[in-house]
Amino acid sequence: MSEIVQYLMSGLTAGAIYAVIALGYTLLYNATELVNFAQGEFVMLGSLGLFTFLSVLGWPLWAAFPAVTLVVGLLGVVLERLAIRPVKKPEPITLIIITVGASIFLRGLAMLLWGKDPHSVPGFAAAAPIRVLGAAIMPQSLWILAVVGLLMGGLHLFSKHTLTGKAMEACAIHRSGAWILGIPSDRMAQLAFAMSAALGGIGGIIISPITMAGYDMGTMLGLKGFCAAMLGGLGSHWGAVVGGLLLGVLESLGVGFFSSGIKDAIAFLLLLAILMARPSGLLGPKAVTRF
Amino acid sequence: MLTIRNLRGGYGRIEVLHGVSLSVRRGEVVALVGANGAGKSTLLKAVSGLLPQWTGEVLFDGRPLQGKKPPEIVALGVGLVPEGRWIFPPMSVVDNLRLGAYLRLRRGDHKGVEEELERVYELFPILAERRRQPAGILSGGEQQMLAMGRALMTRPRMLLLDEPTTGLAPLLVEKIFQIIARLRDESLTFLLVEQNAQGALALADRGYVLETGRMVLQGRARELLEDQEVKRAYLGRDYKEFVEGRV
Repeated sequence: MSEIVQYLMSGLTAGAIYAVIALGYTLLYNATELVNFAQGEFVMLGSLGLFTFLSVLGWPLWAAFPAVTLVVGLLGVVLERLAIRPVKKPEPITLIIITVGASIFLRGLAMLLWGKDPHSVPGFAAAAPIRVLGAAIMPQSLWILAVVGLLMGGLHLFSKHTLTGKAMEACAIHRSGAWILGIPSDRMAQLAFAMSAALGGIGGIIISPITMAGYDMGTMLGLKGFCAAMLGGLGSHWGAVVGGLLLGVLESLGVGFFSSGIKDAIAFLLLLAILMARPSGLLGPKAVTRF
Repeated sequence: MLTIRNLRGGYGRIEVLHGVSLSVRRGEVVALVGANGAGKSTLLKAVSGLLPQWTGEVLFDGRPLQGKKPPEIVALGVGLVPEGRWIFPPMSVVDNLRLGAYLRLRRGDHKGVEEELERVYELFPILAERRRQPAGILSGGEQQMLAMGRALMTRPRMLLLDEPTTGLAPLLVEKIFQIIARLRDESLTFLLVEQNAQGALALADRGYVLETGRMVLQGRARELLEDQEVKRAYLGRDYKEFVEGRV
């Protein structure tokens, strides 16, 4: 019993991280129909950024958290400005390859700046595990779940109840249709990039006390987040969360009951299965289109 | 109100409009008729800022529109109802309408927008009935009304309509034309692009005939309706009748 609780808890923790990364994909996809394969690198930058602000500059956590989020969000805007917007013929495949290139570039840059060795980041609060039903729960796990819960609520309010959120969705559905109503679609795309990168950054911030921060952590986390987004249905906020948590729990159960060797395989097997059986994902939007 | 002089433009290297001139006075309904591919939609795109490159002169209220992006042109008071309607199918009808008032909502004019919404509901009662439903499940005619309503929410002084009646049942066509006439009486100005030349010219004050990128005819709508050339080419009169009518 205590084993299962332990697996579930660590699975939910990892899953919550995947969910935040998946939300980043979903948000950007919703606004621009673009899949940004550099998303994982924003996670890495969030982690390493937090390390720099906390351990090198000596900022307190409450100041470093928003500062890193802001910086990573701005980097998202820079990426859009320098690499995406100047593209003359924005075919999806061109843009996707650009994001893959950006990902390699960011990883290389991070290696030069922070070195090849991973850095450790202190936990957000007391380090003593809490015992629940015989399982040891890291306080950091609770932080992660709380942050992800808040983000979800915030994003839901943003997209369903604010003018900017709706305008952003409108741009995604029909760019010109939104344009002729006076909605500045280029600014909306920029905002989506900023928010999506910031989400990745937050994922990196909250995971860093658990995994250590290293220049090469982004690739796998980015892919896991992508799996989670696809699993839940790209474009659905709740799908991203369900996909992320499901992936985290399945991984953790697989590691616990079978072997730690299959951890990463689980994500990609799930991705293959979902692509073959239900490409729109578990909660994928059954788009209402009728013209 | 709108003056177009020697407009040339197209897509890539293909020029669709070869120097077109047109004018619309305040409070007028001007019909632009012509066959498929004549360049009618391209002309509307140039005016509304959707055509990336064109030369010539387009003035709205004396202000040049060259180089302006669609949001700036909307802000000046030019609304577009595009041929494909371009509504947002997954969003509710009321959200679609509200987004039409994006610029005013940004400025915090919530009261004005609510009043405008009531006006649109009064013009198109069906939209009020279905305000909570996703726009994608509306019928073709209702979607056309939604597209018009949404353009009205931008509070335009001039409305560009691109084939508002294409593909609609005759009863709906009549209804759309009635609404245009009513809005004109409330001093809205229209540039109406139609393939349904008969209906458009019957409603309009003046008309232009566009053929492969050139204006071939212009004049009072009633005179154009009687014009032999227009009758033969656009009003679907039998060729025999046309020839005999001449003799």
